[in-house]
Order: sequence, then C-alpha cells, then structure tokens
Amino acid sequence: MSVARKVLIVDDDPAIVMSVEFLLRKAGFEVFIALSGTEAMVKIKEHQPELILLDIMMPDVNGYEVCDFVKQSEAYKHIKVIFISAKSKDEDIKLAYSKGADLFIIKPFSTRRLIEKITALNKEDYKTIN
Amino acid sequence: MNTLLVVIFSFGYLLLLFGVAYWAEKKSNQNNNTLKPYVYALSMAVYCTAWTFYGSIGRAADFGPDFLAIYIGPTIAAPLWFLILRKMIRICKAQRITSIADFISARYGKNTSLGTLATIVCVLGVIPYISLQIKAIATTFAFLVNHPQQTSLSSNISLLSNIPFWITVLLAVFIIIFGTRKVDSTERHEGMVTAVAFESIVKLVAFLVGGIFVVFFLFNGFDDIFSRAAAIPALQKSFTFDASYNYTDWLVMCILSMFAVLLLPRQFQVAVVENVDEKHLYKAIWLFPLYLLIINVFVLPIALAGQLLPISSNFEADFSILSLPFVYHHQGITLLIYLGGFSAATGMIIVETIALSTMLSNNLLIPLILKVAPFKKIFIHKVERSIKNIRRLSIILILLLAYAYFAEIAESYSLVSTGLISFAAVAQFAPAVIGGMFWSRANKNGALLGIISGFIIWFFTLIIPAIIGAGLLPKEILSEGLFGLGLLKPNQLFGLSAFTPLTHAFFWSMFINVLLYVLGSLYTKSTNQEEIQAELFINVSKYRVAYETSVNRTGQIKIKEIKSLMEQFLGQEKTKQLLTHFSRRYQLNLLQEDANADQRLITYAEKILSGVIGSASSRILIESIVKEEEISLNEVVEILKESQQFISLNKELQQKSEQLKKASDALELANMQMKEAEIIKDDFLYSITHELRTPLTSIRAFSEILYDNPEIDTLQRQQFLATMIKEIERLSRLITQVLDLEKLESGKQNIQHQEIAIKKLVEDVLHALSQLMKDKNITLSTSFPEHLPVVYGDQDLLSRVVNNLVSNAIKYCSKKDGEIKVMVLENEGFIKINITDNGEGIPDKDKNYVFNKFYQTENQTKKAEGSGLGLAICKKIVELHQGEIGVVDAEKSGTCFYFTLPVAKKL
Repeated sequence: MSVARKVLIVDDDPAIVMSVEFLLRKAGFEVFIALSGTEAMVKIKEHQPELILLDIMMPDVNGYEVCDFVKQSEAYKHIKVIFISAKSKDEDIKLAYSKGADLFIIKPFSTRRLIEKITALNKEDYKTIN
Repeated sequence: MNTLLVVIFSFGYLLLLFGVAYWAEKKSNQNNNTLKPYVYALSMAVYCTAWTFYGSIGRAADFGPDFLAIYIGPTIAAPLWFLILRKMIRICKAQRITSIADFISARYGKNTSLGTLATIVCVLGVIPYISLQIKAIATTFAFLVNHPQQTSLSSNISLLSNIPFWITVLLAVFIIIFGTRKVDSTERHEGMVTAVAFESIVKLVAFLVGGIFVVFFLFNGFDDIFSRAAAIPALQKSFTFDASYNYTDWLVMCILSMFAVLLLPRQFQVAVVENVDEKHLYKAIWLFPLYLLIINVFVLPIALAGQLLPISSNFEADFSILSLPFVYHHQGITLLIYLGGFSAATGMIIVETIALSTMLSNNLLIPLILKVAPFKKIFIHKVERSIKNIRRLSIILILLLAYAYFAEIAESYSLVSTGLISFAAVAQFAPAVIGGMFWSRANKNGALLGIISGFIIWFFTLIIPAIIGAGLLPKEILSEGLFGLGLLKPNQLFGLSAFTPLTHAFFWSMFINVLLYVLGSLYTKSTNQEEIQAELFINVSKYRVAYETSVNRTGQIKIKEIKSLMEQFLGQEKTKQLLTHFSRRYQLNLLQEDANADQRLITYAEKILSGVIGSASSRILIESIVKEEEISLNEVVEILKESQQFISLNKELQQKSEQLKKASDALELANMQMKEAEIIKDDFLYSITHELRTPLTSIRAFSEILYDNPEIDTLQRQQFLATMIKEIERLSRLITQVLDLEKLESGKQNIQHQEIAIKKLVEDVLHALSQLMKDKNITLSTSFPEHLPVVYGDQDLLSRVVNNLVSNAIKYCSKKDGEIKVMVLENEGFIKINITDNGEGIPDKDKNYVFNKFYQTENQTKKAEGSGLGLAICKKIVELHQGEIGVVDAEKSGTCFYFTLPVAKKL
C-alpha cells in the first residue's frame, strides 16, 4: 500500500501539469503545482514535498537550478527529484544525475510507467529508511 | 662668322650633352619603359657619323648613287638581326661580355691572345676613323670662322687649330665622367646612351632642315633641282652609275656595311652591350633602317645644288650642306647644320672611345698587369680605383692617338675612304664571330689564323698604300711590290689586278681569313675550355636558365677567398647582395667561410668579374687563385643539363605543390562548411524533436488517461479533450512552419513579385487580429505617410511577416494597458514598417539571437510561447525581398520590431 506523500509538480506547460496532476492525485499523492522555477522554490519551502517532478526548460529559473537548490541544501536534500524533460541528449541526462537527480524521464512518457516508477522509488526509499 | 659665337655654340652644345646625360643617369632608376626602345634604336644611329652628314654628299657629287651602298647593306641585313644580333645579345648577357674583342676571346676559350689581337685590330682600324670625325669638326669650324678668306686647315693659326683640340679634351672629360662611372662595364651607361640618342635626333633634324632649305628655298622643290641638273651633262652622272663605275665596289660596300653595323666597336657597344631588353631589338629592326632612309633623302639634291650654285669652289663638296646656307647668309640655319655635323661626329667619338677603352683596358692592359706579379699586387690591392684609372688612361690614350693622327696624317684622306678602311678592318672579325655562334668545331687556332692573316692583308693592301700616299714609304712598293717582288704589290696582290683597291683588299683579306679560319679549325684540336665555351655560345638559349650554374672548372678555393676577391672588385655591399642572392637561389650555405667553395660559386664569381675586367682577365685571375683540374665538355654539359632539369623540376614541383595546396585548402573549407552545416542540421533536428516532444507528451498522457479511466466525468473529459486538440494544433502548426522555413531556405518557395499596396496589406492584417486585441484590451495606433511608393513583393509572405510581428506584439505587450503602434515610413529608397509594443522588452544580449531558429532552445533554459520559428521565417522572407529586419528598444518600455523593403525594385 502506498503511503500518501507530498509531490510537487514543476512545469511551465499547463497541459502537462494538468495530466500529471490527475495521475498523481488518482494514485493517492498530495499534489502541489509550480508553473515556474521561482514558484517551485517558494512551494518547496512552503510545503516541504518529499518528491519533485521537475521540468528543465522554464522561463525564469531552470530545472537544474531548482535541483541544485534542493540537493545543496541540508534541509531539502532528502527530497527525491525526478526530471521529466523533453531534453533527451546523453549529456543532459548525465548533468541531471550529477546534480543529484534520482530519476530522469524523457517526454513523452508512458503514464502507467510513470506511476510505477514513482511507487518503486518510494518503496526503495522506505526500505533504506527502515 | 664670329669666332666667339661658334665657340660658344660648340661648347654650349657639349654642355647640353652633359646635361642630357646627367639627367638620364638620374632618371635611370625610374623605369620609363615606353621610351627605352626608341632610345635604343636611336642610339644605334650612331652608325651615321660625319661620314653620313658630310661625306655622303661629297661621294654623291662624285659617284652618284654610290653613297647609298653603306645604308642598303644594313637595311638588307636588319631582318637577320632577329637571328644574329639577338643571339649575340643573349650570349653577352649570359657571359657578361663587354666588347667585341671580349666576345671573340670568350668564344674561343677565353683566350687572351685573341682578345688582345682583336683589340689591336680595332684600335688600329678605328682610330683613323675617329680622327676623321675630329677633322670634320675642325674643318667645319674653320670654315665658319675664316670664310671667305681661308678655308684650308693647314693655314690655320695655332690658336684656332687648338679649338678642335679643346673640343677633343672636353669630349674626353665627358667620356670619362659618363663612361667610367661604374666599374662593371656590362652595366649600362644610361646617360651616355641617352646623350647619343639625343645626338641622333639633332643630326637628323639638322640634316632635314638643311635639305628643306636647299630644296625648297634655294630651289623650287625636287623637280626644279633635278631638271636643272639634268640639263648640265657634267651632272648627269649623279643620277646613274656611269660606264666606268665598278659595280663590285658597290657590292663590297654593301657587304662591308652589313658587318660593320654589327662589328664596329661602337655598334657592338650600343646594340649589344647597352641593350637593356632584347625586345627593344624588335623596334630597332625597323626603326633603324627607317632612320637611314630619312637621313638620305636630301643627300643627292644637296650634292647637285652644291654644283649648280656658285659657292666657293675651293671648299670640298663634302661640306656643301654647310656652305650653301652660309653663302646665302642664313646664319641660323648654318649654325644648326654645323651643330648637326658636330653631333654626328661627337656621338661617334664618344661611343667609339668608350668601346675601345673597354677593350684596351680589359683585353690588353689588365691581362698584362695580371701577368706581372708586382703590378698585379698593386692592382688587386686597389682594384676599383685601378680599373677606373686604367680605363681613363685608355680613353685619354685613344683620343690622343686620334688627335695626333688627325694633326699629322688625316689631312689627305676623305671621310668616306677612311670610313671604309675601318669597315674593312672590323670585317675581319666576321668569320670568327658569326662562325663562332653557329659552328661548334670552330676553335681558337682557326680564329687566330683567320684574324691575323686577314688583318695583315688589310694592312698591306689598304694601309701601306695610304702611308705611301702620305710620303712616308717609297712609292716603289706600289709599282714594284714589297722587296721588289711582283707578287707583293699592295694593290695587285698575287698578280690580281682586276679589282679596285677596296674590292681587291676585301677579296684577299676575306678569302684568306675564311680559308685559314676553316682549315685551322678543322685541323687543330680544341681544348676543353674551348669546347665548353663553344657549347655555351651555340646553344645559348638552351642554357640560359641554368647559366649561373654552368660549372666550367673544378678547383679548390675557400669561400672567404672568393668573397674577398669579389669584395675587392665590387665592394662589400654589392658582394654581400650578390652572394645572398646566389646562395638563396641555389640553397648554398656560404656562411662557413673556411669551407671549400662550391664549383658553381667559383664560376659565378668568374662571370661577375668578367663584367668588370673582361672574360680573359677574369679567367686569368680566377685561375691564379684556384687550384685547377681539367674538366671535360661532357662533364660540363652533364652538370648543365642537371641544373637545367633541376630548375625546371623545381619549378614544376613548386607549381604542383601550389596546386595541391589550393586543392587541399578548398577541400578543408568545404569540409568545414559541411561540418558546420551538419552541426546546424543536427541542432535543428534536435530542436525540432524537442519542440515536438512537448505537445506529444500531453497528448499521450491525456489519451492514456482517458483510455485507462472510463469513469471520468464528462466535464473533465471535455477539458482533457480540448487540451489535446489545442496541443495537436500546436504540433501541426510547428510542422507547417518547419516545412515553410525549409522551403524558403532551399529556394523552393515560389515568390510572387506583384505590386503591393503596403498600407492595405498592413490594414488587412490588423483587421484580422483586431478581435484578439480587443479581447486583450490592447490599444492600437497606426500611422502612414500620405503617399507611399510602390513596393514589389509577395503579398502572402509579407502578410505573414506583418501578422507574425503583430501577433508577437500582442503576445508580449503589457498585460494591463497593452499598447501597439504600427508605423510605416519612407526613407531613402526604402519603406520601413515599425511594430512597437509596450511590454517588458528584450534584454540586449538576446537581441542578436531572436531571429535564430528555436532561439529559445538554443538559449537552453528560456522558453516562451510559440514555436521558435516565427521570427526566423520573418527574417528569411524579408531577406528574400532584399530588405532588412531588426529589433530595437521602444522609446519608453517595450520592443520595436521593424523591417524594410526596397522601393520599386523588382525582385
């Protein structure tokens, strides 16, 4: 049984946000939304999510920067970061992992696999914690 | 006439000559090549001496057309110069030959005795000829000053007879100044040559003026003279050869003059040594005969006039061109004629003296000095000054001899006969020179035998009678023969009595000369050195390129010794310059001065020194310091061939490698362009896939959601479906734009060029977008000039540009009080359309990139609405219309996009 967890969706494309939000709510997550990098940082402080679904290309602060913000802070570095991006080059993915990302999902993605992966990540985490 | 006036004129003219020569020397550095061929051709007219100017008239008065022979000879021979003279020039340039004597000596193994012999022949043969020029000056001078009291030279008082002496002295000064400026006698005497060319003009003009004066002022044209002369039986002989005329004499004169025009020292000097560019010869080939023709037009009429008109009868017919205007009191013309004759004489004296002095010093005096050890020491020690001094001494010696001959003997001889004796002397070189250029078996022994025998016969048959005539030898020799031997009568050698003295001398001297030359060459063996020189002369064109490396000796000497030898002759700077050039050309290392010199360097040094002291002297000098081993012709030819091949191979290789370099450069460029294109293509593809992924993501997500969740309520379903439709539209729009751009960029887009009413076009676009603006509460303002010029272009494409820019403005203008200004302006042949919004503006650093494709993606992290292709498409369209597109900050806040279109210019 999945534990209800707080998830932050960060993407500047409203259509994508809408679809992912629907999926996660249905899977039982508590969902927060940020349409830009700056908004994401505000929401992270505000809601202390345990998981962030992060787009890279955004108008103000980009996904990598948000990731740095999370992983380089003692307070937030435990937060899992999943990049969901249309960037598909190897170097983009490597960069993301080097910044401490937990997973990199390339757009367009399968909604079914997305939930599975998130759940798996949660379980793994659960195991290591216990 | 006033003595002072004539003196002033004579010396003034000489000063003018100094001026011309000085001016030419100064200007010689600037290359005025258009005049040079003419100067060359005119300098060859030094052939026309006082003999032509005065002597021809006298000759015509006595023998009619006989005088023409010596001009017809060269005229007939001129086309042959192309073959002979050109080859002589090439040989002399390659071998650095300085005179005709040097030429002969160089051809036959650089033989010293041949050079000396040729020099002696020239000096003896030509000095009387120089004297005759002095005599012409003296006679005409005396005539002007004394007439009508006395015209005879012998009765001149001492002061006046000194005037020719002082003129000779002044000429010596002139020749020393302009003839010995440079020690290298292969270097051109620009000043001297220009002065001589100038003299050629002066004598031609003077003669023509004299001729026109006589024919058209004293008579009524040619008809008048000829008809009046025809009426007098005594003068009829001038029109034809009379029955007693000896035609063989005429032929002999023709042939002699053919040789003389090439072989006389002064002719060799101007035509060969002073030649700057072999192409100048092509002009001289026709210009020189033309000059001869023009200067002879008035000879016969003047000769007739001299006999028709009552002028002082005790004055030689030679000078009637001068006496006619004088007697008729035309002082100006008389002086001009005098100057013409003066210039003909001085021109000859100057060039002949320079040529003879070069020979005398290079082929007689310097070899002598080099053979006597103590002299050689002094010579080598101060070589440049020694050479100059030797040459100056030679000049003074020659002029002194000529003056002495004039003062003592010349009196009794006419200009023409002395001239012909000179011609006959230099004709003795003809077999050795011409044979030497074409016949490889010809050798030194043949040449020596030929020239010596020819010269002896010349002396015996032409000079001895002259000496007898002067009363210096008993007359019995003429009638009884030398030593009383009948076979040795100077005018009837070996009993041959059928010819006139000239033909007789010519026949015997040339016959024996050629015979001994051929037999001597056939029956004696050539030395290696001779064979080498023969090969180099005969095949000069073949070896011209490789000439500097034509090794003709093998020997050992240290580089520093060669260097110091050259420095003594040429000075340190010139030597350094020459050696640097040489080492660069043949990639020789000359810096290790203790090493043995390369054979090519030794040969090169010898050649350079040849130009200074003549080939024979140079050879003696080099031989005396280099330990020699004999080298055979075959070896030399091998070396020559190798270096020839080496040079052409080198050239070929260089060309090839240049071509290769070009090709590889082009390839590299193409490669780079291809790589660049590939990068651009990759980036473009990546950007496109990236742009495609975003709408695809939501479309896929929503379709899966809808599929997996049939229970979703209708409202949400509708919302999801609407989003999907929007995203699909975005996708197809993107694809269309990609294709559009591809079409525009590849040139496949069909562009109309119709007349466009810009105002209407803009208004239509704005109208189509008016609803959108209303929705967003945007205030629109427009401004158009009253009359807009016609613009040609594609209506649809331009509408898209305006639409795109206005749409962007709508998208980016202030969210609250949106304002858009559309302004059309006309400016210097362009129409400019400004579209301004009041949004946040574009940062300066981005302005340059907004027109790039997928600029948002290139900038990595910034993303705005739109495909990222709109502005790129706009830019392409405007560029296709030969306009410009750009973006600037608006006056307050916001952005102003503009584009221009050329007025009334069809695409």
